Amino acid sequence: MSAASTTGALDPRATAPLPVARPARHPWGDTAMIVLSGLAVALIVLMVALILGNVLIFGWRTVTWEFLAAAPSHGMTAGGIFPAIFGTSALVLLMTVALIPFGVGAAVYLHEYARPDAWLTKAVRFSVNNLAGVPSIVFGLFGLGFFVQFVGRGMDRAMGLDVVWGQPALVWAALTLALLNLPVVIVTSEEALRAVPRDTREASLALGATRWQTIRNVLLPQAVPGILTGAILSVARGAGEVAPVMFTGAAYFLPYLPTYPTDQFMELGYHVFVLATQSPDVEATKPLLYGTVLVLLLLTFLLNLTAILLRARLRSRLAGRS
Amino acid sequence: MSATHHGIGAAAGSADGFDRPLLDAAQRRTFRRRQRLREWVITWALRLCALTAVIGLLLIMVFVFREALPVVFDPAIRAEAGLARLFATDMWQPVGGVPKYGIAPLVVGTLKVVAVAMLFAVPIGVLAAIFTSEFSSPRFRELLKPVVEILAGIPSVVLGFFALIVMASWLQAATGSPTRLNALNAGIALALGVLPTVFSVCEDALRAVPRSFREASLALGASRWQTAWNVTLPAASAGVAAGVLLGLARSIGETMIVLMASGNAAIVSASAFDSVRTFSATIAAELAEVVFGSGHYAVLFFLGAILFVTTFAINVAAGIFVDRLRRRLAGA
Repeated sequence: MSAASTTGALDPRATAPLPVARPARHPWGDTAMIVLSGLAVALIVLMVALILGNVLIFGWRTVTWEFLAAAPSHGMTAGGIFPAIFGTSALVLLMTVALIPFGVGAAVYLHEYARPDAWLTKAVRFSVNNLAGVPSIVFGLFGLGFFVQFVGRGMDRAMGLDVVWGQPALVWAALTLALLNLPVVIVTSEEALRAVPRDTREASLALGATRWQTIRNVLLPQAVPGILTGAILSVARGAGEVAPVMFTGAAYFLPYLPTYPTDQFMELGYHVFVLATQSPDVEATKPLLYGTVLVLLLLTFLLNLTAILLRARLRSRLAGRS
Repeated sequence: MSATHHGIGAAAGSADGFDRPLLDAAQRRTFRRRQRLREWVITWALRLCALTAVIGLLLIMVFVFREALPVVFDPAIRAEAGLARLFATDMWQPVGGVPKYGIAPLVVGTLKVVAVAMLFAVPIGVLAAIFTSEFSSPRFRELLKPVVEILAGIPSVVLGFFALIVMASWLQAATGSPTRLNALNAGIALALGVLPTVFSVCEDALRAVPRSFREASLALGASRWQTAWNVTLPAASAGVAAGVLLGLARSIGETMIVLMASGNAAIVSASAFDSVRTFSATIAAELAEVVFGSGHYAVLFFLGAILFVTTFAINVAAGIFVDRLRRRLAGA
């Protein structure tokens, strides 16, 4: 090993650019370990390429306008995925409506009002962190136990109805997903508020605006890109989540589109699961399965890309100011 | 409100000829009081928004435990699926004349899949993080970050699909395993699911280590890898631990990947080539058909409660490590 160090420059393996301080010992082991860690990176890239490539190669033929616009037919061995696209859109729309006011409100409170060392602030931050770590299947259980059985059944009993609210439905799935995504929106919105320079805030207050006037007219308009980032990220996550919605509202197959919040709905992610595991004819379903996966991936990919670009702009603005 | 804006201060002596305030003293007081009330209401509304996170977490706890408690307290359900019965048998046969709720195979299955997943995700994630933060150019990092974000953005149902349809066949061909869907297949797919978490947290921690640490080590004659492995990595160890723990918690709770890729047979064995059934997959597969309020229903919520407690504890531990890292680097 030490002999090799004298001939290190001739060693074809030592091609990595060296820092100012030239390694004095173990150049062979050194390079080997660096190459090994580089291989770990290559492996990640390779797996991503394999998954995307596989889906693209086997899926692109299926994705046509008819596929996007038609309903499944012939026991889901033919037809399209329009109801799943519609259901997913309705789901994430309802979720966003429920989620954004609370998420942004919480972020505004945490960043503009809360004292960092107050117990309430600590409790909220602790909850946000740990809410993000609750398994999605537990959200599903919670949605069923709380929204469907407790709130839904309770509403039916209070209004003297037969089972209307007390069953899996679009609204319960959307609310379950909203809670699941609450941490995402709070964290990104807070980051957006942090990016608003202090002087803007102080200028507004010095002009005699109240705290709320400052927030509504000065801070929130500037924080919109960041808030949008959070909203888009949570929509991307919501569109692909299956475990939280499979007991709270997603349907295996529906011959109609959901029109009321109490209707069940078809969802893209759940449709992938159903096609992949419950199909009576695997080979006949395969093209549809690949097509559905491709649509779901494109959807989440485009949403994530938008969020990443928005966030990059926000961060560069933040960096330019500090 | 906006019309009264001008009146709040004294507009006396202004150019438009008014030498009298727009509002008299009493009006001004009313205005101030109303404004204070509005600010108070808004403050509380925002505080309530922040509290939804706390309330949400508490509700999850209360309602998952509430449905799980009959396993311990309800006499009728205890006879069918009491704690003693959960541990008495190693058979999980919830449907049948005499349902058997032995959770041993589920515990073994979960541990096996999680072990395989961590065996792949931790070395790959940590090594990739070391390479990215220590040995790659900023430009390379800017290229790699989106790739990892794409992986993180792939819905778990798609990873499950990939493992079920594509990877299982490759692995079977490579290993000659008798079962297509097994712990190895599910574990590798699960590793893909948690890799972004392990990688990102570790990379952030490594990058947060001050440059002076590395310079000091290199100046003392250590090689680049020696510096990375013996100086930078230990300095970031709390962050690496946090990354590994967060990945562990995610892999225990992840559902769709294992549900689709593991084969779901409740078997007690040590082999990675046997099909396995995990806690999360059991809940997902059985909850839809179960009768509300039955013993089976309570047992599934009981499994959910165990999942919740386990992941919660791991996440809290990860949070402690993150705090420790932040404090150590702030002190450095």
